[in-house]
Amino acid sequence: MGEEKKEERKIRVLIAKPGLNGHDRGAKVVARGLRDAGMEVIYTGLRQTPEQIVETAIQEDVDVVGLSILSGAHMTLLPKVVQLLRERGADDVLVIAGGIIPTEDIPKLKEAGIAEVFLPGAPISKIVEFIKKNVRKRR
Amino acid sequence: MAEGDIEFVERIAEGVLRGDVRSIARAISIVENEPRLAPLLISKIFPYTGRAHIVGVTGPPGSGKSSLIAKLAKIWRKDGKKIGIIAVDPTSPFTGGALLGDRIRMQELTGDKDVYIRSMASRGSLDGLSRATRDAIKILDAAGKDIIIVETVGAGQAEVGIVKVAHTVLVVLCPGLGDEIQFLKAGIMEIGDIFVVNKADIGDADRVVLEIENILEMASEFLPQKPAWAPLVIKTSVITNEGIEKLVRSIEEHYAYIRGTSEGEFVRDKIIEELVDIIGENVREYARHLITKDSMCNEILERVLKKDIDPYTAARKILAEMLKRREF
Repeated sequence: MGEEKKEERKIRVLIAKPGLNGHDRGAKVVARGLRDAGMEVIYTGLRQTPEQIVETAIQEDVDVVGLSILSGAHMTLLPKVVQLLRERGADDVLVIAGGIIPTEDIPKLKEAGIAEVFLPGAPISKIVEFIKKNVRKRR
Repeated sequence: MAEGDIEFVERIAEGVLRGDVRSIARAISIVENEPRLAPLLISKIFPYTGRAHIVGVTGPPGSGKSSLIAKLAKIWRKDGKKIGIIAVDPTSPFTGGALLGDRIRMQELTGDKDVYIRSMASRGSLDGLSRATRDAIKILDAAGKDIIIVETVGAGQAEVGIVKVAHTVLVVLCPGLGDEIQFLKAGIMEIGDIFVVNKADIGDADRVVLEIENILEMASEFLPQKPAWAPLVIKTSVITNEGIEKLVRSIEEHYAYIRGTSEGEFVRDKIIEELVDIIGENVREYARHLITKDSMCNEILERVLKKDIDPYTAARKILAEMLKRREF
């Protein structure tokens, strides 16, 4: 009868703010939106180093890391997160980003392993849809 | 179970016993999400459990549980203890989602290799602790953590499941929660080994301490004999660090007391509870399966719907059918 039980897997998302800016309204709105979409969202607060974010992602065994950044340091901090995840063998984690990011930087970020970048005004439903479509079946 | 599944679970179990962080994290995901694989995983690690001191931390939302836990962990780290923290936050009954925010107060611990923190969603468990939480405790225990701190969802009055799993239960309160009558009510005021009056830097903490002491004294008067461990009341502040060191040493004292007296009984009671829970869960699943899928049991359901027979009689018939088939 083991087969009878539903293998229900909730999507786990870490929402993190790398770097030094102290404004997290956007991150909170996204966290709340993903919660309402039935996901388990871990929010860690402000001013996280890439190392802290990756350590948290590993301990929490998340499927997705969402990075919110407004400070302008995205070209250093975001690829660093992806690189550290890879080093820890967690390259199956989907990494997405949002915040104030010039459109000309987006292709470079994608090349560095950021799966998608959501700019101000992006509806939560689009983020939810993207996660559901791209989250990897992991093992 | 497929060959690949068995191999996967065995690899994870080995990693857990080595204390590998990724394996611990995956193992907890297995007990949360894969009821098919969880029993095998637990069977691999169970012989290595039973060494950790399990500390439960409960109390109303906003009383400062997470911040207090971060302080306790810091001190124990200085003593060289390895720490596991399980922080449970509520699942929305409407969407099934959850916002897990306890880590915000524990940021300073991230990066220390000997502190593992896991946020868990309550996922509909009513007493504040799910079976996955209990299995997660086993995993951290087998991974060599010396102290495992379990933070329950912000508990009001009835969420007392933590006593079933923790050696030492802290009830964290703070000034401004209400008058004495709140403490007279049943529930979490009855389960504390140590009562913490947190946020001593604001409000009238001394009065709260006095009120709790009064209630505890009153309660002990009704007992046939004085308990060997009288619950302590300790005033703390995570801002000024008042009382933190004293709290740590009192928790250790309580553990020493349990080990010297009733640990055998505690473990026994814990296992009985767990067995009853697991059996109950299996029986419930099987009952649901039969009632919805089996034609004969479905017929019994139809008869109840027509008021032909009552639910008690129907349940007896179905139970008899379950025992006859012995498929669970």
